Amino acid sequence: MELFTQLLTAAVASGTPLLFVTLGGIFIEKAGIIQLGAEGLMLMGAVTAAGVYLATSSLPVTLLAVLLVGGLLGLLHAFLTVTLRANQIVSGLALTLFGGGLSAYLGKAITGIPLSGAVPKFDFGVLGQVDLFTLSSLALVVVLQIAFFHTSFGLHLKAVGDNPATADVMGIRVQGMRYFAVIAGSMLMGLGGANLLMVFSPTWIEGMTTGRGWIAIALVIFARWNPLGALAACWFFGFLDTLGFRLQLAGSTVPPYFLKMLPYLLTIAVLILVGWRTQHRMSRAPQALGIPYIREQRF
Amino acid sequence: MNKYRLELDPSGRESPWWVTIVALLLAFSLVAVFILATGKNAATVYAKMLTGAFGTEFGLTETLVKAIPLMLCGLGVSLAYRIQVWNIGAEGQFVAGAMAATAITVYLPGLPAWSALPLMVLAGIASGALWGLFTALPKVLFGVNELIISLMLNYVALQALDFVVYGPWRDPAGKNFPGTPAFTAAESLPVWGNSRLHMGLLLALVAVVAAWVFVQKTRWGYELRLLGANSEAARHAGVNIKSYAVLVMLLSGGLAGLGGMAEVSGVAHRLLYGISPGYGYTAIIVAWIARLNPFGIVVSAVLFGGLIVGGYSVQTLGLPSSISNLLQGAVLFFLIAGSILGKVRVRRREAA
Repeated sequence: MELFTQLLTAAVASGTPLLFVTLGGIFIEKAGIIQLGAEGLMLMGAVTAAGVYLATSSLPVTLLAVLLVGGLLGLLHAFLTVTLRANQIVSGLALTLFGGGLSAYLGKAITGIPLSGAVPKFDFGVLGQVDLFTLSSLALVVVLQIAFFHTSFGLHLKAVGDNPATADVMGIRVQGMRYFAVIAGSMLMGLGGANLLMVFSPTWIEGMTTGRGWIAIALVIFARWNPLGALAACWFFGFLDTLGFRLQLAGSTVPPYFLKMLPYLLTIAVLILVGWRTQHRMSRAPQALGIPYIREQRF
Repeated sequence: MNKYRLELDPSGRESPWWVTIVALLLAFSLVAVFILATGKNAATVYAKMLTGAFGTEFGLTETLVKAIPLMLCGLGVSLAYRIQVWNIGAEGQFVAGAMAATAITVYLPGLPAWSALPLMVLAGIASGALWGLFTALPKVLFGVNELIISLMLNYVALQALDFVVYGPWRDPAGKNFPGTPAFTAAESLPVWGNSRLHMGLLLALVAVVAAWVFVQKTRWGYELRLLGANSEAARHAGVNIKSYAVLVMLLSGGLAGLGGMAEVSGVAHRLLYGISPGYGYTAIIVAWIARLNPFGIVVSAVLFGGLIVGGYSVQTLGLPSSISNLLQGAVLFFLIAGSILGKVRVRRREAA
């Protein structure tokens, strides 16, 4: 029982940063835009959190700074893809490369300095201690689930992502909605990085996300663009990630390199499974995903 | 009402060449801001990078040494990008090639040069192509997004690399150094004079010409261009998109694998931990900046090779070498923005 609780706690701790990023990805893709910059946004979120917290020791200031950085980079992606209609895939890749380089550059001076006790924890009795990030991620799942499926905002967002021309005729501001979704979603991706740094592995190291941003993009598909699905997918993923780590601690004879491959192989397996299952059905993906919207298509 | 309006050039032609130059200048200006923010003189830093990369014979040959893997990986991904197959797995394909070439030296030791080198080249290409196939098959069979698969496979390849260099292939005489024993002279590509510049450059240039002939002069190349320009039209003309997706991933992976072989056999002379400082990712920008043109890739690979070498040379000024990664990302940003803005033109509104 003790071991089980420990395993579960570790699974949630590993899954929560992914959850922020996956929710951000769902938000953005619902509006019909692909954001492949998740890895770069996470790194920028993490380095911002580390730098600002070390300088100010203030959690609110740190979180605000992380949101600001995520929002600004999101604005950049939105400007390139929504206004300039640049290729969304290339813009996302650029964001990942830029974020990786910039975070390494900015974080050089604070590499290896540990942060501790930055995030308050709340005691929930039998459930143990739950940190602020985990609590807010749960609240976020509920809020987004309601917003996406039970409000007119969610309906409009779906219209913008599925059929922007119709949405435009209905009087929905397509470009505005897309800007909003990309900026808000990118903020969440930055928060995921901050979460990773402040709770999961509290020391800034260059490239510390090790592909988690990309895994989250895969989890968006696994979660079928549904916040509750994202919760299940991320915790499940965190569980398997933890399991590999525990096996290693327990003195498994399998070389650690193979255990470290597991999350990546698992992501591939999950994607193949989803692809195989939805092969002959209509995908739940927003139908206008990745296609820029041009109001007067004259050229 | 406004008398003028902005429109995209309807001809859909590529933006003019000077857009690339402007994008490069803007990227360097943006990064200059970051350099100034850390209290360094940006002009000094850039001058140091320039002389470090191109100013001396040593720097120049080092730049070319770095350009070789960038050329091969960039050429590889450019073929895939032509038909919107988003292979970002060149890093993993490069590592797979490096490992397979090393496997020849580990399991077939003592071969003479005439058989060792061709075998290593073949092993590198085959294993890179196989790694590419792992991305292509889920894509064509189950419609799985190739971007994510190819990236996940990068991490798998890197873990496999760590396993062999820390485990079974580690040099017993290497005092725990994570690397294989040094290759024999017969297993190493010939070098030019006293420099580290090796015959891989020749291989890369041959690959560039071959890629150009393939794309411009063969039926496959014609269908590839057709697919890239208008996949709908190509489908109606009976072009099988799926087999081309497999083909480009095989070629893409094979070229990156050859790059990995050239790196272990020509530069490192052994397989070691972290054999690639991210060549596979830089190659994406190399291909994009050259607009997927094979000869353009030669130029952009040398440019980015210089950027990497220049990045190392500013470390003496107390700046991290990650400055070259920062520059790479910024270049790509301005390039994509520029390629669109270059097409915008101002038109007078017609009177209603």
